[in-house]
Amino acid sequence: MRPSLLALLALLLAGCATPALRGTGDLGLIIERADGSVLIVESTHQQVLARVEGLGDLSHASVVYSRDERYAYVFGRDGALTKVDMLRQNIARRVMQSGNSIGGAISQDGRLVAVANYEPGGVKVFDADTLELLADIPAAYGDGKFSKVVGLEDTTDNRFAFSLYDAGEIWVMDLRDARNPVIEKFRSIGRQPYDALVSMDGRHYIAGLFGEDGLALLDLWRPECGVQRILDNYGHGEQPLPVYKMPHLEGWALSGEHAYLPAIGRHEVLIVDRHNWKEAGRIAVHGQPVFAMVRPDGRQLWVNFAHPHNDTVQVIDTVTHRVIATLKPGKAVLHMEFTPRGEHIWLSARDDNRVDIYDTRTLQHLGSLPVRSPSGIFFTARAHRIGL
Amino acid sequence: MRRHPLVLLFAALLSLAAATTQASAEVSVERQRELLHLLRHDCGSCHGMTLKGGLGPTLLPQALAGKPGETLEATVLYGRAGTPMPPWRGLLTEEEVAWLVALLMKGVPDAP
Repeated sequence: MRPSLLALLALLLAGCATPALRGTGDLGLIIERADGSVLIVESTHQQVLARVEGLGDLSHASVVYSRDERYAYVFGRDGALTKVDMLRQNIARRVMQSGNSIGGAISQDGRLVAVANYEPGGVKVFDADTLELLADIPAAYGDGKFSKVVGLEDTTDNRFAFSLYDAGEIWVMDLRDARNPVIEKFRSIGRQPYDALVSMDGRHYIAGLFGEDGLALLDLWRPECGVQRILDNYGHGEQPLPVYKMPHLEGWALSGEHAYLPAIGRHEVLIVDRHNWKEAGRIAVHGQPVFAMVRPDGRQLWVNFAHPHNDTVQVIDTVTHRVIATLKPGKAVLHMEFTPRGEHIWLSARDDNRVDIYDTRTLQHLGSLPVRSPSGIFFTARAHRIGL
Repeated sequence: MRRHPLVLLFAALLSLAAATTQASAEVSVERQRELLHLLRHDCGSCHGMTLKGGLGPTLLPQALAGKPGETLEATVLYGRAGTPMPPWRGLLTEEEVAWLVALLMKGVPDAP
Protein backbone atom coordinates (compact mmCIF):
# COMPACT_ATOMS: atom_id res chain seq x y z
CA MET A 1 0.00 0.00 0.00
CA ARG A 2 1.30 3.43 -0.87
CA PRO A 3 2.22 5.67 2.08
CA SER A 4 -0.19 8.43 1.03
CA LEU A 5 -3.08 5.97 0.96
CA LEU A 6 -2.10 4.66 4.38
CA ALA A 7 -2.04 8.16 5.74
CA LEU A 8 -5.48 8.81 4.32
CA LEU A 9 -6.78 5.60 5.87
CA ALA A 10 -5.32 6.53 9.26
CA LEU A 11 -6.94 9.94 9.02
CA LEU A 12 -10.32 8.37 8.21
CA LEU A 13 -10.05 5.96 11.14
CA ALA A 14 -9.10 8.76 13.51
CA GLY A 15 -12.06 10.74 12.20
CA CYS A 16 -14.42 7.89 13.08
CA ALA A 17 -12.95 7.27 16.50
CA THR A 18 -13.04 10.86 17.73
CA PRO A 19 -16.45 12.50 17.73
CA ALA A 20 -16.46 16.28 18.08
CA LEU A 21 -15.67 17.15 21.67
CA ARG A 22 -18.33 18.97 23.61
CA GLY A 23 -19.35 19.76 27.17
CA THR A 24 -22.68 18.92 28.79
CA GLY A 25 -23.31 22.07 30.85
CA ASP A 26 -25.85 23.49 28.43
CA LEU A 27 -27.72 20.26 27.83
CA GLY A 28 -31.03 19.09 29.19
CA LEU A 29 -33.84 16.58 28.86
CA ILE A 30 -37.47 17.13 28.00
CA ILE A 31 -39.94 14.41 28.92
CA GLU A 32 -42.36 13.31 26.19
CA ARG A 33 -44.89 11.96 28.64
CA ALA A 34 -47.20 10.13 26.27
CA ASP A 35 -44.52 8.34 24.26
CA GLY A 36 -42.07 7.17 26.90
CA SER A 37 -39.30 9.12 25.22
CA VAL A 38 -37.02 12.00 26.17
CA LEU A 39 -35.42 14.68 24.02
CA ILE A 40 -31.84 15.70 24.62
CA VAL A 41 -31.74 19.45 24.08
CA GLU A 42 -29.10 22.14 24.09
CA SER A 43 -29.93 25.59 25.40
CA THR A 44 -27.14 27.64 23.83
CA HIS A 45 -28.49 27.25 20.31
CA GLN A 46 -31.95 26.19 21.48
CA GLN A 47 -32.03 22.96 19.59
CA VAL A 48 -33.02 19.33 19.90
CA LEU A 49 -30.02 17.01 19.63
CA ALA A 50 -31.64 13.60 19.87
CA ARG A 51 -34.66 11.59 20.93
CA VAL A 52 -34.10 8.61 23.25
CA GLU A 53 -36.97 6.12 23.32
CA GLY A 54 -38.00 3.16 25.40
CA LEU A 55 -38.23 4.71 28.86
CA GLY A 56 -41.67 3.29 29.69
CA ASP A 57 -44.51 5.19 31.37
CA LEU A 58 -43.36 8.78 31.83
CA SER A 59 -46.76 10.20 32.74
CA HIS A 60 -45.11 11.49 35.90
CA ALA A 61 -41.36 11.71 35.50
CA SER A 62 -38.46 13.62 36.96
CA VAL A 63 -34.72 13.75 36.39
CA VAL A 64 -31.52 14.22 38.36
CA TYR A 65 -27.98 14.42 36.98
CA SER A 66 -24.63 12.89 37.78
CA ARG A 67 -22.09 15.38 39.09
CA ASP A 68 -20.14 15.28 35.83
CA GLU A 69 -23.38 16.15 34.02
CA ARG A 70 -22.81 13.21 31.71
CA TYR A 71 -25.70 11.04 32.85
CA ALA A 72 -29.35 11.70 33.57
CA TYR A 73 -31.35 9.49 35.93
CA VAL A 74 -34.98 9.42 34.85
CA PHE A 75 -37.61 8.31 37.37
CA GLY A 76 -40.67 6.95 35.56
CA ARG A 77 -44.20 6.42 36.81
CA ASP A 78 -44.01 2.67 36.21
CA GLY A 79 -41.16 2.22 38.67
CA ALA A 80 -38.37 2.30 36.11
CA LEU A 81 -35.06 4.01 36.81
CA THR A 82 -33.29 4.79 33.55
CA LYS A 83 -29.77 6.15 33.20
CA VAL A 84 -29.42 8.16 30.00
CA ASP A 85 -26.04 8.98 28.49
CA MET A 86 -26.29 12.64 27.42
CA LEU A 87 -23.33 12.35 25.02
CA ARG A 88 -23.87 8.96 23.44
CA GLN A 89 -27.58 9.82 23.39
CA ASN A 90 -28.75 6.41 24.50
CA ILE A 91 -29.86 4.39 27.50
CA ALA A 92 -26.81 3.40 29.51
CA ARG A 93 -28.66 1.32 32.12
CA ARG A 94 -32.20 0.66 33.22
CA VAL A 95 -33.88 -1.17 36.10
CA MET A 96 -37.51 -1.77 36.97
CA GLN A 97 -37.28 -1.11 40.67
CA SER A 98 -40.91 -0.90 41.81
CA GLY A 99 -44.48 -0.98 40.57
CA ASN A 100 -45.15 2.72 40.83
CA SER A 101 -42.78 5.55 41.66
CA ILE A 102 -42.94 9.32 42.00
CA GLY A 103 -39.40 10.66 41.86
CA GLY A 104 -35.96 10.57 43.32
CA ALA A 105 -32.74 12.31 44.21
CA ILE A 106 -28.98 11.92 43.96
CA SER A 107 -26.67 12.06 46.96
CA GLN A 108 -24.29 14.89 47.74
CA ASP A 109 -21.28 12.78 46.72
CA GLY A 110 -23.02 11.69 43.52
CA ARG A 111 -22.61 7.99 44.27
CA LEU A 112 -26.15 7.10 45.32
CA VAL A 113 -29.50 7.48 43.61
CA ALA A 114 -32.59 7.15 45.82
CA VAL A 115 -36.10 6.56 44.49
CA ALA A 116 -39.43 7.31 46.20
CA ASN A 117 -42.05 4.66 45.59
CA TYR A 118 -45.83 4.51 45.90
CA GLU A 119 -46.10 0.79 45.36
CA PRO A 120 -44.63 -0.86 47.32
CA GLY A 121 -44.39 2.24 49.52
CA GLY A 122 -40.82 3.02 50.45
CA VAL A 123 -37.42 4.17 49.25
CA LYS A 124 -34.77 2.25 47.35
CA VAL A 125 -31.16 3.29 47.07
CA PHE A 126 -29.00 2.41 44.06
CA ASP A 127 -25.35 2.65 43.13
CA ALA A 128 -25.27 5.59 40.69
CA ASP A 129 -22.69 3.85 38.56
CA THR A 130 -24.16 0.36 38.16
CA LEU A 131 -27.76 0.84 39.40
CA GLU A 132 -27.15 -2.05 41.79
CA LEU A 133 -29.65 -2.03 44.68
CA LEU A 134 -27.86 -1.08 47.90
CA ALA A 135 -30.67 -0.46 50.37
CA ASP A 136 -34.43 -0.99 50.55
CA ILE A 137 -36.35 1.02 53.13
CA PRO A 138 -40.05 0.11 53.35
CA ALA A 139 -42.16 3.03 54.59
CA ALA A 140 -43.79 0.94 57.30
CA TYR A 141 -46.14 2.58 59.75
CA GLY A 142 -49.04 1.72 62.02
CA ASP A 143 -50.08 -1.89 62.04
CA GLY A 144 -48.11 -3.41 59.16
CA LYS A 145 -49.09 -0.78 56.61
CA PHE A 146 -46.86 0.86 54.02
CA SER A 147 -47.12 4.47 53.03
CA LYS A 148 -46.64 6.12 49.66
CA VAL A 149 -43.45 8.15 49.76
CA VAL A 150 -43.31 11.72 48.43
CA GLY A 151 -40.94 14.68 48.52
CA LEU A 152 -37.68 12.71 48.51
CA GLU A 153 -34.89 15.29 48.58
CA ASP A 154 -31.12 15.15 48.89
CA THR A 155 -29.38 17.27 51.46
CA THR A 156 -25.92 17.66 52.91
CA ASP A 157 -23.82 14.97 54.67
CA ASN A 158 -25.09 12.39 52.20
CA ARG A 159 -28.54 12.44 53.74
CA PHE A 160 -31.96 12.31 52.16
CA ALA A 161 -35.26 13.47 53.61
CA PHE A 162 -38.70 12.25 52.53
CA SER A 163 -42.33 12.27 53.62
CA LEU A 164 -44.87 9.50 54.15
CA TYR A 165 -48.14 10.57 52.53
CA ASP A 166 -50.39 8.06 54.30
CA ALA A 167 -48.62 8.18 57.66
CA GLY A 168 -47.98 11.92 58.04
CA GLU A 169 -44.31 11.43 58.86
CA ILE A 170 -40.96 12.85 57.74
CA TRP A 171 -37.94 10.53 57.70
CA VAL A 172 -34.32 11.60 57.44
CA MET A 173 -32.02 8.92 56.07
CA ASP A 174 -28.26 9.05 56.66
CA LEU A 175 -26.34 7.10 54.02
CA ARG A 176 -22.82 7.38 55.31
CA ASP A 177 -22.88 3.60 54.99
CA ALA A 178 -25.18 3.10 52.00
CA ARG A 179 -25.94 -0.53 52.77
CA ASN A 180 -26.95 0.32 56.33
CA PRO A 181 -29.02 3.48 56.31
CA VAL A 182 -29.64 5.18 59.63
CA ILE A 183 -33.13 6.62 59.80
CA GLU A 184 -34.56 9.27 62.04
CA LYS A 185 -38.36 9.50 62.06
CA PHE A 186 -40.50 12.54 62.80
CA ARG A 187 -44.10 11.59 63.52
CA SER A 188 -47.40 13.51 63.48
CA ILE A 189 -46.08 16.19 61.16
CA GLY A 190 -49.55 16.80 59.67
CA ARG A 191 -52.02 15.06 57.39
CA GLN A 192 -51.19 14.03 53.83
CA PRO A 193 -47.83 15.60 53.01
CA TYR A 194 -47.93 15.67 49.19
CA ASP A 195 -44.53 17.05 48.19
CA ALA A 196 -41.54 18.79 49.72
CA LEU A 197 -38.54 20.96 49.02
CA VAL A 198 -35.09 21.48 50.46
CA SER A 199 -33.56 24.96 50.59
CA MET A 200 -30.49 25.58 48.45
CA ASP A 201 -28.22 25.41 51.51
CA GLY A 202 -29.68 22.04 52.45
CA ARG A 203 -30.82 23.31 55.80
CA HIS A 204 -34.61 23.46 55.61
CA TYR A 205 -36.93 20.68 54.51
CA ILE A 206 -40.50 21.88 53.95
CA ALA A 207 -43.37 19.51 53.26
CA GLY A 208 -46.68 20.79 51.89
CA LEU A 209 -49.77 19.30 53.52
CA PHE A 210 -52.87 18.45 51.55
CA GLY A 211 -54.96 17.50 54.54
CA GLU A 212 -54.35 20.68 56.53
CA ASP A 213 -53.87 24.40 56.02
CA GLY A 214 -50.16 24.69 56.69
CA LEU A 215 -46.73 23.28 55.96
CA ALA A 216 -44.30 21.22 57.97
CA LEU A 217 -40.77 22.60 58.41
CA LEU A 218 -37.75 20.62 59.58
CA ASP A 219 -34.49 22.44 60.33
CA LEU A 220 -31.87 19.85 59.35
CA TRP A 221 -29.22 21.79 61.21
CA ARG A 222 -31.25 21.42 64.39
CA PRO A 223 -33.24 18.21 64.04
CA GLU A 224 -33.52 17.99 67.83
CA CYS A 225 -36.02 20.88 67.64
CA GLY A 226 -38.38 18.64 65.69
CA VAL A 227 -40.88 19.52 62.99
CA GLN A 228 -42.51 22.91 63.22
CA ARG A 229 -45.81 23.95 61.62
CA ILE A 230 -45.60 27.04 59.45
CA LEU A 231 -48.36 29.09 57.81
CA ASP A 232 -50.76 27.32 60.11
CA ASN A 233 -54.39 27.87 59.20
CA TYR A 234 -53.51 30.01 56.17
CA GLY A 235 -56.94 29.28 54.74
CA HIS A 236 -58.65 30.77 57.83
CA GLY A 237 -61.09 27.88 57.87
CA GLU A 238 -62.58 28.77 54.50
CA GLN A 239 -63.58 25.94 52.23
CA PRO A 240 -60.73 25.42 49.74
CA LEU A 241 -61.53 25.14 46.03
CA PRO A 242 -61.36 21.70 44.46
CA VAL A 243 -57.79 20.84 43.44
CA TYR A 244 -57.50 19.49 39.91
CA LYS A 245 -53.74 19.17 40.03
CA MET A 246 -51.50 18.81 43.04
CA PRO A 247 -48.99 21.63 43.39
CA HIS A 248 -45.28 20.85 43.24
CA LEU A 249 -42.71 22.20 45.63
CA GLU A 250 -39.16 22.62 44.50
CA GLY A 251 -35.99 24.25 45.75
CA TRP A 252 -36.49 27.02 43.21
CA ALA A 253 -39.19 28.57 45.37
CA LEU A 254 -36.80 30.38 47.70
CA SER A 255 -35.14 33.73 47.19
CA GLY A 256 -32.80 35.26 49.78
CA GLU A 257 -35.49 36.73 51.96
CA HIS A 258 -38.65 34.88 51.09
CA ALA A 259 -40.09 31.53 50.27
CA TYR A 260 -42.93 31.44 47.75
CA LEU A 261 -45.35 28.58 48.19
CA PRO A 262 -48.46 27.57 46.28
CA ALA A 263 -51.61 27.72 48.41
CA ILE A 264 -53.63 24.53 48.12
CA GLY A 265 -57.13 25.09 46.75
CA ARG A 266 -56.67 28.87 46.48
CA HIS A 267 -55.74 31.32 43.77
CA GLU A 268 -52.82 32.54 45.82
CA VAL A 269 -49.07 32.31 46.26
CA LEU A 270 -48.06 32.52 49.91
CA ILE A 271 -45.01 34.58 50.85
CA VAL A 272 -43.00 33.45 53.86
CA ASP A 273 -40.31 35.44 55.65
CA ARG A 274 -37.30 33.12 55.77
CA HIS A 275 -35.97 34.66 58.98
CA ASN A 276 -38.89 33.73 61.18
CA TRP A 277 -40.99 31.53 58.82
CA LYS A 278 -44.04 33.71 59.35
CA GLU A 279 -46.39 34.73 56.57
CA ALA A 280 -45.15 37.91 54.90
CA GLY A 281 -48.09 38.33 52.55
CA ARG A 282 -49.88 36.63 49.72
CA ILE A 283 -50.21 37.33 46.03
CA ALA A 284 -53.50 36.89 44.20
CA VAL A 285 -52.91 34.98 40.98
CA HIS A 286 -54.84 33.72 37.96
CA GLY A 287 -55.59 30.20 39.19
CA GLN A 288 -54.38 27.52 41.58
CA PRO A 289 -50.58 27.55 41.37
CA VAL A 290 -48.78 24.32 40.50
CA PHE A 291 -45.16 25.49 40.28
CA ALA A 292 -43.93 28.77 41.75
CA MET A 293 -40.34 29.05 40.57
CA VAL A 294 -37.88 31.78 41.36
CA ARG A 295 -35.47 32.84 38.62
CA PRO A 296 -31.94 31.81 39.65
CA ASP A 297 -31.07 35.38 40.72
CA GLY A 298 -34.25 35.63 42.80
CA ARG A 299 -35.61 38.66 40.92
CA GLN A 300 -38.74 37.08 39.40
CA LEU A 301 -41.22 34.42 40.31
CA TRP A 302 -42.87 32.42 37.52
CA VAL A 303 -46.12 30.61 38.28
CA ASN A 304 -48.14 28.12 36.28
CA PHE A 305 -51.60 26.83 37.12
CA ALA A 306 -53.82 23.81 37.50
CA HIS A 307 -56.56 22.76 35.11
CA PRO A 308 -58.66 24.63 33.91
CA HIS A 309 -56.30 27.65 34.05
CA ASN A 310 -53.30 25.83 32.68
CA ASP A 311 -52.96 27.90 29.52
CA THR A 312 -51.55 30.78 31.57
CA VAL A 313 -48.25 31.69 33.22
CA GLN A 314 -47.78 34.72 35.43
CA VAL A 315 -44.56 36.56 36.24
CA ILE A 316 -44.25 38.25 39.62
CA ASP A 317 -41.73 40.89 40.63
CA THR A 318 -40.15 39.70 43.88
CA VAL A 319 -39.47 43.22 45.13
CA THR A 320 -42.95 44.68 44.66
CA HIS A 321 -44.79 41.34 44.79
CA ARG A 322 -46.91 42.45 41.84
CA VAL A 323 -47.87 40.44 38.82
CA ILE A 324 -45.90 42.08 36.00
CA ALA A 325 -47.00 39.85 33.15
CA THR A 326 -49.71 37.35 32.31
CA LEU A 327 -48.65 35.14 29.42
CA LYS A 328 -50.68 32.65 27.41
CA PRO A 329 -47.94 30.41 26.06
CA GLY A 330 -50.15 27.52 24.97
CA LYS A 331 -52.48 24.73 26.05
CA ALA A 332 -51.63 22.89 29.26
CA VAL A 333 -48.40 24.49 30.45
CA LEU A 334 -47.04 21.75 32.69
CA HIS A 335 -43.53 22.79 33.58
CA MET A 336 -40.98 25.59 33.41
CA GLU A 337 -37.19 25.55 33.57
CA PHE A 338 -34.75 28.44 33.65
CA THR A 339 -31.46 28.30 31.80
CA PRO A 340 -28.63 28.00 34.35
CA ARG A 341 -28.30 31.73 34.96
CA GLY A 342 -31.90 32.56 34.19
CA GLU A 343 -31.77 34.73 31.07
CA HIS A 344 -34.29 32.43 29.41
CA ILE A 345 -37.10 30.19 30.54
CA TRP A 346 -38.40 27.12 28.71
CA LEU A 347 -42.10 26.26 29.05
CA SER A 348 -43.77 23.04 28.02
CA ALA A 349 -47.19 23.38 26.37
CA ARG A 350 -48.38 19.79 26.48
CA ASP A 351 -51.49 20.00 24.35
CA ASP A 352 -49.81 22.14 21.71
CA ASN A 353 -46.91 19.67 21.43
CA ARG A 354 -44.45 22.48 21.83
CA VAL A 355 -41.79 23.90 24.14
CA ASP A 356 -41.62 27.70 24.11
CA ILE A 357 -38.59 29.75 25.01
CA TYR A 358 -38.97 33.22 26.54
CA ASP A 359 -36.50 35.95 27.38
CA THR A 360 -37.02 36.64 31.11
CA ARG A 361 -35.92 40.28 30.80
CA THR A 362 -38.06 41.39 27.86
CA LEU A 363 -40.70 38.65 28.40
CA GLN A 364 -40.65 38.17 24.63
CA HIS A 365 -41.19 34.82 22.98
CA LEU A 366 -37.90 33.77 21.37
CA GLY A 367 -38.82 30.55 19.66
CA SER A 368 -40.38 27.12 19.94
CA LEU A 369 -39.31 23.51 19.63
CA PRO A 370 -41.67 20.76 18.47
CA VAL A 371 -41.99 18.21 21.28
CA ARG A 372 -44.65 15.48 21.63
CA SER A 373 -46.76 16.03 24.78
CA PRO A 374 -43.94 17.69 26.71
CA SER A 375 -43.99 17.71 30.50
CA GLY A 376 -40.87 18.16 32.63
CA ILE A 377 -37.85 20.10 31.36
CA PHE A 378 -34.59 19.47 33.22
CA PHE A 379 -31.26 21.17 32.49
CA THR A 380 -27.99 19.59 33.57
CA ALA A 381 -27.13 22.58 35.80
CA ARG A 382 -29.36 20.90 38.38
CA ALA A 383 -26.42 18.55 39.00
CA HIS A 384 -24.78 21.11 41.22
CA ARG A 385 -27.77 22.24 43.21
CA ILE A 386 -28.66 20.73 46.56
CA GLY A 387 -32.24 19.49 46.63
CA LEU A 388 -32.83 19.37 42.86
CA MET B 1 -106.72 23.87 25.58
CA ARG B 2 -106.89 20.72 23.52
CA ARG B 3 -103.57 19.53 22.23
CA HIS B 4 -103.23 18.61 18.65
CA PRO B 5 -102.61 14.85 18.23
CA LEU B 6 -99.56 15.59 16.11
CA VAL B 7 -97.92 17.61 18.90
CA LEU B 8 -98.54 14.74 21.30
CA LEU B 9 -97.02 12.30 18.89
CA PHE B 10 -94.00 14.52 18.42
CA ALA B 11 -93.52 14.84 22.21
CA ALA B 12 -93.81 11.09 22.62
CA LEU B 13 -91.23 10.52 19.93
CA LEU B 14 -88.88 13.00 21.56
CA SER B 15 -89.07 11.37 24.98
CA LEU B 16 -88.63 7.94 23.40
CA ALA B 17 -85.51 9.16 21.64
CA ALA B 18 -84.11 10.56 24.89
CA ALA B 19 -84.80 7.34 26.75
CA THR B 20 -83.14 5.08 24.20
CA THR B 21 -80.05 7.11 23.39
CA GLN B 22 -78.81 7.48 26.97
CA ALA B 23 -75.33 8.63 27.84
CA SER B 24 -73.17 7.75 24.86
CA ALA B 25 -75.28 9.45 22.22
CA GLU B 26 -75.46 12.62 24.29
CA VAL B 27 -71.68 12.88 24.28
CA SER B 28 -70.57 13.88 20.81
CA VAL B 29 -67.70 12.08 19.14
CA GLU B 30 -65.57 15.18 19.41
CA ARG B 31 -66.34 15.57 23.10
CA GLN B 32 -65.54 11.88 23.64
CA ARG B 33 -62.10 12.58 22.23
CA GLU B 34 -61.65 15.49 24.63
CA LEU B 35 -62.83 13.38 27.55
CA LEU B 36 -60.37 10.63 26.69
CA HIS B 37 -57.61 13.22 26.61
CA LEU B 38 -58.74 14.61 29.96
CA LEU B 39 -58.85 11.11 31.40
CA ARG B 40 -55.31 10.27 30.33
CA HIS B 41 -53.67 13.55 31.14
CA ASP B 42 -55.63 15.25 33.90
CA CYS B 43 -57.14 12.28 35.76
CA GLY B 44 -53.84 10.62 34.87
CA SER B 45 -51.84 13.11 36.91
CA CYS B 46 -53.03 11.27 40.02
CA HIS B 47 -54.30 7.93 38.70
CA GLY B 48 -51.47 7.42 36.20
CA MET B 49 -51.70 7.91 32.45
CA THR B 50 -52.19 4.17 32.04
CA LEU B 51 -54.65 4.28 34.98
CA LYS B 52 -52.53 1.90 37.04
CA GLY B 53 -52.65 4.36 39.92
CA GLY B 54 -50.44 6.99 41.51
CA LEU B 55 -51.35 9.17 44.44
CA GLY B 56 -54.90 8.10 43.57
CA PRO B 57 -55.98 4.46 43.21
CA THR B 58 -55.86 2.40 40.02
CA LEU B 59 -58.87 2.77 37.71
CA LEU B 60 -58.37 -0.42 35.72
CA PRO B 61 -61.51 -2.53 35.14
CA GLN B 62 -60.46 -5.32 37.51
CA ALA B 63 -60.13 -2.78 40.34
CA LEU B 64 -63.55 -1.30 39.59
CA ALA B 65 -65.31 -4.63 39.10
CA GLY B 66 -68.22 -5.08 41.49
CA LYS B 67 -68.48 -1.40 42.35
CA PRO B 68 -71.84 0.08 41.38
CA GLY B 69 -71.65 2.53 38.49
CA GLU B 70 -73.72 5.11 40.38
CA THR B 71 -71.20 5.14 43.25
CA LEU B 72 -68.35 5.72 40.84
CA GLU B 73 -70.27 8.44 39.04
CA ALA B 74 -71.00 10.14 42.35
CA THR B 75 -67.31 9.99 43.27
CA VAL B 76 -66.38 11.73 40.03
CA LEU B 77 -69.16 14.31 40.28
CA TYR B 78 -68.89 15.14 43.96
CA GLY B 79 -65.32 14.15 44.83
CA ARG B 80 -64.27 12.25 47.92
CA ALA B 81 -64.00 14.16 51.17
CA GLY B 82 -60.74 13.71 53.04
CA THR B 83 -58.86 12.75 49.87
CA PRO B 84 -57.46 14.82 47.01
CA MET B 85 -60.24 13.58 44.66
CA PRO B 86 -61.99 16.80 43.55
CA PRO B 87 -65.59 17.15 42.40
CA TRP B 88 -65.76 17.40 38.60
CA ARG B 89 -69.32 18.72 38.64
CA GLY B 90 -69.25 22.07 36.85
CA LEU B 91 -66.49 20.92 34.50
CA LEU B 92 -68.21 17.72 33.38
CA THR B 93 -71.90 16.99 32.87
CA GLU B 94 -73.63 13.97 34.40
CA GLU B 95 -73.86 12.40 30.95
CA GLU B 96 -70.13 12.88 30.40
CA VAL B 97 -69.31 11.33 33.76
CA ALA B 98 -71.61 8.38 33.02
CA TRP B 99 -69.83 7.91 29.70
CA LEU B 100 -66.41 8.05 31.40
CA VAL B 101 -67.38 5.60 34.14
CA ALA B 102 -68.84 3.15 31.62
CA LEU B 103 -65.62 3.40 29.64
CA LEU B 104 -63.45 2.83 32.72
CA MET B 105 -65.44 -0.24 33.72
CA LYS B 106 -65.09 -1.64 30.24
CA GLY B 107 -61.44 -0.68 29.91
CA VAL B 108 -59.95 2.22 28.02
CA PRO B 109 -58.37 1.50 24.65
CA ASP B 110 -54.61 1.54 25.10
CA ALA B 111 -53.60 4.09 22.51
CA PRO B 112 -53.06 7.58 24.00
